[in-house]
Amino acid sequence: MGALRAIFKGDRQADRVVPPSGFTAQLTLFAAGAMAFLAVFALALSLASGRLAQVWGQELAQSATVRIVAPLDQRAAQTEAALKVLQTTKGVASARALTDAEQEELLAPWFGPELAMENLPVPRLIEVVEEGEGLDPVGLRLRLSAEVPGAVLDDHSRWRAPLVAAASRLRLLGWISTLLIGAAVAAMVTLAAQAALAANAQVIAVLRLVGATDDYIARAFIRRFTLRALLGAAAGTVLGMVAVILLPDAGEAGGFLTGLGFRGWHWVVPLLVPLLVGAVAFAATGAAARRTLRELT
Amino acid sequence: MIELENVAYSYGGGELLSDITLKLAPGSFHFLTGPSGTGKTTLMKLCYGALLPTAGHLRMFGADVRGLGRDDIALMRRRVGVVHQDVKFLDHLPLTENIALPLNVSGRQAEAGGTDLEELMSWVGLTHRADALPPELSGGERQRAALARAVIMSPDVILADEPTGNIDWEMSQRLLRLLIELNRMGKTVLIATHDLSLIRATKAHVQARVLRIANRRIQLAGADL
Repeated sequence: MGALRAIFKGDRQADRVVPPSGFTAQLTLFAAGAMAFLAVFALALSLASGRLAQVWGQELAQSATVRIVAPLDQRAAQTEAALKVLQTTKGVASARALTDAEQEELLAPWFGPELAMENLPVPRLIEVVEEGEGLDPVGLRLRLSAEVPGAVLDDHSRWRAPLVAAASRLRLLGWISTLLIGAAVAAMVTLAAQAALAANAQVIAVLRLVGATDDYIARAFIRRFTLRALLGAAAGTVLGMVAVILLPDAGEAGGFLTGLGFRGWHWVVPLLVPLLVGAVAFAATGAAARRTLRELT
Repeated sequence: MIELENVAYSYGGGELLSDITLKLAPGSFHFLTGPSGTGKTTLMKLCYGALLPTAGHLRMFGADVRGLGRDDIALMRRRVGVVHQDVKFLDHLPLTENIALPLNVSGRQAEAGGTDLEELMSWVGLTHRADALPPELSGGERQRAALARAVIMSPDVILADEPTGNIDWEMSQRLLRLLIELNRMGKTVLIATHDLSLIRATKAHVQARVLRIANRRIQLAGADL
């Protein structure tokens, strides 16, 4: 904690003992910024795919569809019969036949608007909302096949599972990317700090000679690299978040693509990126400095 | 102050120094002489903890150096002023900051801007060079700056390794007078040099003992000087 306080309080004199390094300082700044920018996207991907997995898992699990496939003249009667069966089925909260207008809307992306639905043998869809433990698909199928020959029950589990699995895998990849970015930041800062320590071997020797402790010398380097990484990462994070905000909104039609981004408290998560990058830089520079100093008298 | 007891030091090959017993008492003035390559610098380095003896015991201010941690050595160096043969400064900082560096690294920044520093600068005759960068200084100026840096913490011991190595006679006389003055203030002084005329010139002013390194051992040089 004391070391952290010293980092932010600073020591103007201690900062001056290490010569300024211009170009390489900007490289550290740039690399930290670029990594933070990428980290924001990896986080957006992880959080969004996590959210999708949850939404798909929950919403689809709580609903089912009954499809009435029957000649046009029997369709209305069979729909009525199916609704009656559903009303007396355990685990069904409500069942509702979609109207022509709603079905038209569902088909519009494929057949275009203004489709003359009444002349087509389009199956009638019944939206079933489940409650409690949900319904028993096997029992319901038996009852439906006895009373409504044209009814087909789709409880969504068939196509829900791979979607949820894909979203979960995507989330895992996002987190792995975030971790890799963190490790790359550590590697980059270590290299930069190592180079700075090597370039300033004479400065370090002079400081040791006049009675500077290892902590004092290490702090001069740690402070410099931590602040650079923090600053670069802050800039990269801001740019990354702006880019996420500016992602084009695909509206209703876009489906899950519109989900990429942050929602609610998730906006706080990318703000942690600069702090974590700073912490990684702090640890990496400290380790590099201690390693180098141990070899000197 | 600094005590060596049967100290030996060997580099990878053979033994450079062996069986050295020496005691630098408070307020004493010693010269260390001998042909180059006999281990004068090595002995100096042993005395400020840059090297550890390979045998025997070396005590600084009563503590055995082998038992000291890195931070203890750092603290110890604040009590020992060292003037190197090839003085190293921080080349990007002006002279005053270089001279005040020991104060800064030991957390005594407040004194770095004080009148003591100004007095010290004028004592070594470098007031007019205060803002110069170390690479701009002449050999004599560097040596005097090194002495100023060595004494700014008011150390108990001053170790000077060939302090007059690359400066002219007049300048080395001046530097030596500064060291004699410090000794009169009660500081322990050890100067390594191969310049016998310098030793002779000094002996007129101060009670100095001359140590000679020969055959890896140290001897008290006699009246031949």
